[in-house]
Amino acid sequence: MSFLELDRVAKQFGPQTVVNDFSLTVGKGEFVSFLGPSGCGKTTTLQMIAGFLDPSRGAIRLEGRDLTAVQPAKRGLGVVFQSYALFPHMTAAENIAFGLEMRRVPRAECRERVRAALEMVGLAGYEERYPRRMSGGQQQRVALARALVIRPSVLLLDEPLSNLDAKLREDMQIELRQIQRNLGTTTILVTHDQNEAMSLSDRIVVMNQGRIEQIGTPQETYERPASAFVSQFLGKTNDFAATIDLTATPRRLTAGSWSAPAPAGVAGPVTVSIRPERIGFGDAGIAAKIVTRIFQGNHWLFQCESECGSVIVIRQNDGQPQPAEGEAVRLAWRPEDMSLRGAGGTA
Amino acid sequence: MSAAVDTAPANIAATADTRDGRAPWALTAPALMLFVGVLVIPLAMTVMLSFHDWGQYKGIEPIFILKNWREIATDPYYAEMFWRTFRIALLTTLITAMFGAPEAYILNRMSGRWKSFFLLVILGPLLISVVARTLGWALLFGGNNGLVNKFLMSLGLIGSPLPFMFTETGMVIALAHVMMPFMVLSVWTALQRLDPQIENAALSLGAGSFTIIRRIVLPQIMPGVLSGAIIVFSLSASAFATPAIIGGRRLKVAATLAYDEFLNTLDWPLGAAVAVLLLVALVLIVVGSNALIERRYAEVFR
Repeated sequence: MSFLELDRVAKQFGPQTVVNDFSLTVGKGEFVSFLGPSGCGKTTTLQMIAGFLDPSRGAIRLEGRDLTAVQPAKRGLGVVFQSYALFPHMTAAENIAFGLEMRRVPRAECRERVRAALEMVGLAGYEERYPRRMSGGQQQRVALARALVIRPSVLLLDEPLSNLDAKLREDMQIELRQIQRNLGTTTILVTHDQNEAMSLSDRIVVMNQGRIEQIGTPQETYERPASAFVSQFLGKTNDFAATIDLTATPRRLTAGSWSAPAPAGVAGPVTVSIRPERIGFGDAGIAAKIVTRIFQGNHWLFQCESECGSVIVIRQNDGQPQPAEGEAVRLAWRPEDMSLRGAGGTA
Repeated sequence: MSAAVDTAPANIAATADTRDGRAPWALTAPALMLFVGVLVIPLAMTVMLSFHDWGQYKGIEPIFILKNWREIATDPYYAEMFWRTFRIALLTTLITAMFGAPEAYILNRMSGRWKSFFLLVILGPLLISVVARTLGWALLFGGNNGLVNKFLMSLGLIGSPLPFMFTETGMVIALAHVMMPFMVLSVWTALQRLDPQIENAALSLGAGSFTIIRRIVLPQIMPGVLSGAIIVFSLSASAFATPAIIGGRRLKVAATLAYDEFLNTLDWPLGAAVAVLLLVALVLIVVGSNALIERRYAEVFR
């Protein structure tokens, strides 16, 4: 299973620890995203895999071989940079052929592979274009073709889509995913965009301040965030404080005047966390008043003020009438949609 | 999007144009007058002067005559002088490029504090007069009394002083020293435009460090090297102080020749002809090579 393995990798710049205790195993053909805010150490980790930086501690292994002992030029990994880093003095074809030339691939085969690579990224016929004469999206595709043409064992993507506009970014996400599936190349994507990470990856590594917060499938990290950071970073969430009332039998979870049956095995003060799209307007539940109502096309976004603090509610635009601003409502949700975190972590 | 932004000021300019077409002229008049007064008129007078006659006893005669130009064209003395000028300028340019480009590259790779320190070291000499810098070379290598010559002779490594003063080699070395900052600055500017990740990109594709420099870095900083070369070449070809100190009367170049004609022989028309020829030759060389460079790199560096 384990194709690429990072074992307690750490990176220190002077007194500052940028990446700490990073352990991860990536399976062959898997698409893994490193997700986190800027400065969380995700790019540093990627650069250590690529070999542009040496880890201060820990080991990186590819198919059991120690990768840190291999020079970056010999690692055979494909890298796509945020700035694309195309060679401006070479045409698209020359850019793509560069890695093959370094591998002394025979001329005829080289030409054929360059042609196939350009076709794969939908740029057939652009051989003689210089990067300056291409749009951002086209440059991005050339960079991807250049990284893939050498048939890398691992493809490393460093925020590759962040310089594209929203529409193009979505198209590229789909295309990138298809190309990756077809080729079966093990891929690591660094991004700060949670939508990008969720739509592309098999698994997401959520990072914060140089540490891994959670590793899981997009659904796991969204539905069962391991920490407050993860739940805040991945999508919107409502957090409020509650306590477990031990005097009642069965025990009850209470926050102000609101109470619900408490799940087993939880005690003391807890944080209740509910995704805004799981909250409905009902006859029972927490009393609240709608402060603002925003129409967003396929859904409505409500900002409510309740006795437990401000709560965001998202409702599908299903054609049903929605409560207006200033209206008093009651907020309800199914018990299984609520996740509880005690002071000691997940419960 | 950008087109819309671009046309807005153009429209404003167009309306201003119809309102008063003389406004741009009035606004540029002071600068234009200064330009005409201090550059165009003296230059035109120098050109005219080069067609005047001169005699030992009659002085300058304001008549139209091709005597000076014929003398320059036929006397091999002048040809030798101009070949020497451009030979020295070319060698100086080659040396500054060979040392300046790597210097700038190494400088660019240094970390913050060292970078600014060494940049100061490289640019510092610009703050010192060219005369002082060139005299430094004379103090080190000037005949029997030069410090380096004295030292090497006392060690018995050399029997006679190293020939430096009054040699072309000496002139090229001293000029290269004087011109180095211009080359380093020019290459440095080109290096600033390099994508910081570009070397990593080449590295990840399997290129060794020598290949990266030869195939990736050098082609991209070439415009910087070439524009530095144009600056160094034109400054060296028209340099006066360094050739005057190192070469003196024994080894003249075009600039010192024109100076001597003006101030020693007092043959102003001949000196003017030499000066005009130097100017025309330089303009042709610089404009020609600039056009070549622009054509060569047009596609890539627009």
